[in-house]
Amino acid sequence: MIINQKVSDLIELNFTGVVIVSEEPQNEFIQIQSEKWLDVAKYIKTDSELKFDSCQCITGVDLGEDKDFEVRYNFHSMKLKHKIEIRIAIERKKPSVSSIEQVWRGADWLEREVYDMYGIRFKGHRDLRRMLLPEDWKGWPLRKDYKTPNIYNGMKVPKVRKGWD
Amino acid sequence: MGLIHAEEMTLNIGPQHPSTHGVLRLKVKTDGEIISEITPVIGYLHRCFEKHCENLSYEQVIPFTDRCDYIAAMNNSFGYVLAVEKLMEIQVPERVEYIRVIMAEYNRIASHLLALGTFGLDVGAYTPFLYMFRDRERILDLFELTCGARLLYNYMWIGGVSHDLPVGFMEASYRFLDEFEKNITEYHNILSYNKIFIERSADVGTMPKEVAIDYGVTGPNLRGSGVKWDLRKDEPYSIYDKFIFNVPVGKGLMGSVGDCWDRYWVRAEEMKESVNIIRQALDKMPRKGDVHEALPKKVRPLKGSIYYRTESPRGDLGYYIISDGSSTPLRVKMRSPAFTALSALSEIATGWMLSDVLVILGSLDIVLGEIDR
Amino acid sequence: MGFLENRFEDNIITAKVDQLLSWARSTSAWYFQFGLACCAIEMMATAASRHDLERIGMMPRSSPRQADVMIVAGTVTLKMASRVKLLYDQMADPKYVISMGSCANSGGPYSRQGYHVLKGVDQIIPVDVYIPGCPPRPESLIEGLLKLQEKIRHERPLTKNK
Repeated sequence: MIINQKVSDLIELNFTGVVIVSEEPQNEFIQIQSEKWLDVAKYIKTDSELKFDSCQCITGVDLGEDKDFEVRYNFHSMKLKHKIEIRIAIERKKPSVSSIEQVWRGADWLEREVYDMYGIRFKGHRDLRRMLLPEDWKGWPLRKDYKTPNIYNGMKVPKVRKGWD
Repeated sequence: MGLIHAEEMTLNIGPQHPSTHGVLRLKVKTDGEIISEITPVIGYLHRCFEKHCENLSYEQVIPFTDRCDYIAAMNNSFGYVLAVEKLMEIQVPERVEYIRVIMAEYNRIASHLLALGTFGLDVGAYTPFLYMFRDRERILDLFELTCGARLLYNYMWIGGVSHDLPVGFMEASYRFLDEFEKNITEYHNILSYNKIFIERSADVGTMPKEVAIDYGVTGPNLRGSGVKWDLRKDEPYSIYDKFIFNVPVGKGLMGSVGDCWDRYWVRAEEMKESVNIIRQALDKMPRKGDVHEALPKKVRPLKGSIYYRTESPRGDLGYYIISDGSSTPLRVKMRSPAFTALSALSEIATGWMLSDVLVILGSLDIVLGEIDR
Repeated sequence: MGFLENRFEDNIITAKVDQLLSWARSTSAWYFQFGLACCAIEMMATAASRHDLERIGMMPRSSPRQADVMIVAGTVTLKMASRVKLLYDQMADPKYVISMGSCANSGGPYSRQGYHVLKGVDQIIPVDVYIPGCPPRPESLIEGLLKLQEKIRHERPLTKNK
């Protein structure tokens, strides 16, 4: 809680209006607007009291059929040994958010994987293409409204043999 | 070099190759024999682990976590089970904690034996592979005595473990540990201080500290570059704070700090520390206890999310679990340490010759099942 | 030689050429190590010190052009399927395929919601022996290979009108 409050205050000090205050009393994350995300990211890496030099995990989340997407980042500091979580909400129609690949090199592959599974575009990423699925795959598999295709390049995809259940 | 006109050649170290640890494809652009650009292509083993998790209950996910990193299956399910227990706020009995630590450390030894054996095979040494597999089979015998399976166990359950330690486990353990410590010196004699091995791996593929932290590399790869970071000591989970052990860090004994020999040496020394931890755990363990005491009737965590990290033999294994109050998770994301280690390959392998690339890849110790999930 | 020493007088042994050829072929089937996932670790363990595969005549080859048997060990995904077919076509006749593990037999534990998993490798190449298990024990793998040897021994390569 203490590091969370401190980080939240420092971000609010330098970039006003970015942190969204939530009504829940006990939260271990910071919710941010998506407009100034690249500047906030550079700030938390270089500021001497924060020094988050390692991007651990980037998760894409689909909260439900008629709700928004979310991208959640987990950061960790090797020097000062503390960690935080930052969440950004994205609209469903044309999902996109700024890329932080130039700030932390490890975010490159993690963002490509989120793009592959959800279709969220990362603005400013130098090489955004599919990572785990083949290049000509159609659809974004981890969305809640995804339907498995019936055939791919001549091979049947779903289970077709009788008597297996 | 500048007098002859030479063009770049694009080669493909294809998905099937006896040296890659799984189905990995490397697109390589070479200028003669020196590499100018290298791009890994992955996804040939993508088995839709995260989609499965959204349609199964919490207990049914455990065998799938085993199959992601199939070499260190106990550590994988250990991390998942700890994350769910934290979310549900279950306290497990003390005997269960000790049993879990013993199994996780045995699996760490088995995983390192396989990693070092296949690393020797890549460099060209066939004998250490056979010796290390002989010891690995003895550890798999102990696992088979306990739960019946050799490779994929489904042993760690939410709130306990599936079987208690059988009669004869502790005697067999002590016998094995005494013999194994002598064998580690044997491995050092055949492989580690072998002149040919040192020439091929020292000063090759050096990964500086800043590059490693920027790419998010963790585990023995990071410790080989000189950073002392081990989750068992810095953010202790389960009962690791009760044991006394060292954390080996690469010092550049044969070449520079952070080369392939350092990463190999860190893994070999970690095996000795694991033997230490198992001995301490076997001595201090409570002799009686019911391992099925704290199993919940229904696994239904409250609404919330958690990101929990544990130390697997490859690095920081993280699980991000979001629960919406029902009996199936909303989202399970596995942050795999080999994924970030492989993304650093394109930076540390440029400028070396083609035969060095396989040595560097072997020293990173990747498992494609964990990368592709 | 110990069983046959000092037993016979001078004579001629007659046998069918077919049987001799099939017997020679069956005990020297070199396998193409095509390990994809977890079953590959069990295949490596079978070839290592405790359960030895070389004592039944099998040697690992890394190129498909030098191998007789292809052991598909592990899950075949849709991205990898075209490469499996290519490697099968590169093998020279006579060739055999062993499908090891439940993922290669029928999709395995991923057969329900796996959108990227090929449900059984026999959708793209013909299979001779199926070995069940997840992963199969080394003893199971050796039993499957011995069954394959039996199958090869019953072949008649030289006879027409089978």
